[in-house]
Amino acid sequence: MYATSYHRASSVEDAVKLKSANEEGKYLSGGMTLIATMKQRLAAPSDLIDLRHIPTLRGISVDGRKVTIGAATPHADVAASRELAAICPAICKLAGHIGDPHVRHMGTIGGSIANNDPAADYPAGLLGLGATIVTDRRSISADDFFTGLFETALDEGEMVTSVTFDAPEKAGYAKFNNPASRFAMTGVFVAKTAGGVRVAVTGAGSSGVFRHQGFEQMLASNWSPDALANVAVDASNLMSDMHANAEYRANLVKVMAKRAVASAG
Amino acid sequence: MTKVTLTVNGRAMSGECEDRTLLVHFIREKLGLTGTHVGCDTTQCGACVVHMDGHSVKSCSILAVQASGSTITTIEGLAGQGELHPVQAAFKEHHGLQCGFCTPGMVMTAVDLINREGGTLTEETVRAGLEGNICRCTGYHNIVKAILAADAEMAGGRQAAE
Repeated sequence: MYATSYHRASSVEDAVKLKSANEEGKYLSGGMTLIATMKQRLAAPSDLIDLRHIPTLRGISVDGRKVTIGAATPHADVAASRELAAICPAICKLAGHIGDPHVRHMGTIGGSIANNDPAADYPAGLLGLGATIVTDRRSISADDFFTGLFETALDEGEMVTSVTFDAPEKAGYAKFNNPASRFAMTGVFVAKTAGGVRVAVTGAGSSGVFRHQGFEQMLASNWSPDALANVAVDASNLMSDMHANAEYRANLVKVMAKRAVASAG
Repeated sequence: MTKVTLTVNGRAMSGECEDRTLLVHFIREKLGLTGTHVGCDTTQCGACVVHMDGHSVKSCSILAVQASGSTITTIEGLAGQGELHPVQAAFKEHHGLQCGFCTPGMVMTAVDLINREGGTLTEETVRAGLEGNICRCTGYHNIVKAILAADAEMAGGRQAAE
């Protein structure tokens, strides 16, 4: 790892100020991607601004059906939240299958979505739920937030402070794990929300997480796994790598979508 | 150099290190506690698992400065006065190790798992709980057996105490 300077932010304002004073710096949340990347010398931020000790960034609040999750809330907390499980168990299940127990104790929802790894779970969950991402300066809909591979709508120095969503009527998540990394080789989140049916796919798209309109239309008229039987999945915009080619992933998209609908009930 | 202060196995400890020093290297090289191992260096194997503020974490993927101010338990902190922790005793009894390199991480993971889900563990949940720990010798069977036995033993102890 190249040398770096560590700063522990005490508040959101403090963090943003530290970031603007250190242009080549990076925000550090759980570090489960960033520290590993720095160890491989694939990232070399001059400064790290640690967000884990900002009390207002951590915690889950449920008000009726409105859910707010602080950006520095670790995956393990989301997985174990009974309040959340009572109204949106799918997001708890999603969080409970990220990485492994040790990663879930450190990794955070804000860090995951700000990184927007094309095989991460949370981007599918938040896009599927139609969540809103709140930053230190504005609110961004999930539809506008995830813009490409490791790309988001965040401006330079902008940081995620929380995510909010309304608990859906039904939701489910199914993923096919990469057997070594536990990243999604394909993961599909389905939700029946007040704004309609949403289907979000991670791990498969060559531009990162995406919605599948064909699935959404079929599920809107018939919420059942069978409704997807005859919908084609276009392989032309899917990833091919040593683990799975695009055609294989296209099949996984459909199979995982059906399983996700089945799990949602 | 930055001063890092930790409570390790119940004792206040501190040392100076670079900001880029990983917690595992700080524990091993500055504090001299070499029970915590570096297995893969790529955040996959779990040989470096310690508890930070009561939760299992991979100490190879956390900077020592990030951990400063926290309470750490390492493998050296588990055993009581000359007596093995029930999880350690179960690993011995059920031959849950061969070369032993992954064992500190396995044991720390097992203790965390029992702390969180003790009394309800099954073979399936134990195997899921070991997703972040790799063993190249045992094939995991005896590790799983040892954890289930320790869980039963500790659940018995909890009942007796009530």
